[in-house]
Amino acid sequence: MKLLLANRFLPLLLLAATAAWAGEPEAARQKELVHLVRQDCGSCHGMTLRGGLGPALLPETLRDKPAEGLVATIYYGRPGTPMPPWKQFLSEAEATWIVEKLMSEFPQ
Amino acid sequence: MKLILSLFLAALLGACASPQLRGTGDLGLIIERASGQVTLVDTSARQPYARIAGLGDLSHASAVYSRDGRYAYVFGRDGGLTKVDMLEARIVKRVIQAGNAIGGSISQDGRLVVAQNYTPGGIKAFDAETLELLSEVPAEYAPGQFSKVVGLADSPGNKFAYALFEAGEIWVSDFSDPRKPTTQRYPAGNQPYDGLVTPDGRYFLAGLFGEDGVALLDLWQPEKGSRKILENYGRGEEKLPVFKMPHLRGWTVAQGKIYLPAVGRHEVLIVDVNTWREVGRIPVRGQPVFVMARPDGRQVWVNFAFPDNAKMDVIDTLAGKVAHTFEPGKGILHMEFTPRGEHIWLSARDDNKVLIYDTASFAKLGEIAADSPSGIFFTTRAARIGF
Repeated sequence: MKLLLANRFLPLLLLAATAAWAGEPEAARQKELVHLVRQDCGSCHGMTLRGGLGPALLPETLRDKPAEGLVATIYYGRPGTPMPPWKQFLSEAEATWIVEKLMSEFPQ
Repeated sequence: MKLILSLFLAALLGACASPQLRGTGDLGLIIERASGQVTLVDTSARQPYARIAGLGDLSHASAVYSRDGRYAYVFGRDGGLTKVDMLEARIVKRVIQAGNAIGGSISQDGRLVVAQNYTPGGIKAFDAETLELLSEVPAEYAPGQFSKVVGLADSPGNKFAYALFEAGEIWVSDFSDPRKPTTQRYPAGNQPYDGLVTPDGRYFLAGLFGEDGVALLDLWQPEKGSRKILENYGRGEEKLPVFKMPHLRGWTVAQGKIYLPAVGRHEVLIVDVNTWREVGRIPVRGQPVFVMARPDGRQVWVNFAFPDNAKMDVIDTLAGKVAHTFEPGKGILHMEFTPRGEHIWLSARDDNKVLIYDTASFAKLGEIAADSPSGIFFTTRAARIGF
C-alpha cells in the first residue's frame, strides 16, 4: 500500500519539488551560488557585475534579453566566446534562479 | 662644528619623534578585492604594517611601483587609479580615469603611469607625480569600433606593448613625447587574452584564447612584423572549459625557457626563447592561471582556475616535471615571491588569509589575515622590465 501510494504520488511530488526548487534553492545553496557568481563569474564579469572581459550582468543590461537564453548561456556556455558551460556545477533550476536574481537585484 | 651639528640633529630627532628611517625594498601590498582595501606588508618581518581603505572596486586590481619603491599605483576595476605612499601608509592621490579598467604599467624612466582600459577601450598615460592625464590612445581598430585592451607591458624607450581582444592585434605605443604618442599595429590572432614582455624587454607575446597559439613580436625588429608560435598546440582536440582566464607576465621566463599556460588543456607548455619552438609540456592538475617562475628559475609555481583553485603544483625546471603538489587553502588567486625567492606568499581568497611558504622545504612559515585577498605585489617589481 505504501509503495502504491508513493508510485501514484511520485510524479506529483516531483513536480512540486521541481517548482519549489526552481523558485528558491535552499538558503545554504543560495549562499554558495551567490559566492560562485560574485567571485568566480566575477573574474570575467566583475565582482560588482559591471563587466570585465565578459559583459555587465546588471538588470539594465539584461532587461531586453530573454531569460531562457541567459539560462542556456550559463548552463551550456556560448561557443566562440570565452563563456564556458557551468552545467557540472549547477542545475538548470539553479541557473534559472541566478538569472532571476541578476535581472532583479543580485544579493551581496 | 661636528658637535653642534650632532646636538642639533639630536634635538631635531627628539623634537619631532621622527619615524625610523627605512628602505622600501622588502615592502609590498595585498589587494583585498571585496572591501576596496590594501594591506601593506613587510616581507622581512612577514607581517602587515598598515591597512588603507577607500580604493574602490578592487576585483581584478593590480599594482606597479615607482622606481624608488616608495609609491604604489593601484589600478582598480572601476577605473580608479590610486597612488599609495608605502612609507607614510596613505593615499596620496586618486583619480577615476575610466569606466572599466584591467591594469596598468609604468614607463622605463618612471615618469609615466599607463592604464589599460576595457571601457572606453584604450590606454591612458598619466604623470606619475601628479596623476595628471597627459595623453590617450583609444583602441579604435576600425571606425567607431573600440576594443578591450589586455596585456599592457612596458618596454625600453618608454614604449608600451599591448593586445586588443576584439581586434586581434598587438599595438606598440611610443611615449617618447608623453603628450603625443605614436602607435604601430601588428596582427596577433583570434582573441588575445593577455600579454607579456620578456625580462630583457625584447619580445612581446600575446596569448590567444580563440585559437591555439601565441603571437610574438620582436620589439628590437618590429619592422619584421609579428608571427605565431605554438600553433596548433591543442592538436585539434576539443578544449576543456576554461573557468578563468590565464594570466601572463615576464615571470613565466626561467632558464631561457618560457612556461606558458595552455588554454583549455591541463598543461604547461615550454618554449625555448632562442628558437621559439615548443620543447616540452608538463601535465598539471587543472587549467593553469598563473605560471610563475621563482626568481632563480629553478622552480615554476602554478595555480589553477575554478574548480581546481585550492591546488598548487610546483614544477622543478631541472627535472622538467611537477615535483611538489599541495592544497594550501581555498581559492588560491595569486602568488608573489620574495625578492630572491626564498619565500612565496599565496592569497587564499576564501580562507581570508595570505599564506607564507618556504620554497625550498615547502614548509608553511606563517599567515596573515586579509579580507578576500587577491593580488600580492612586492616593491621589487619596481626594477623589473615588463611589470
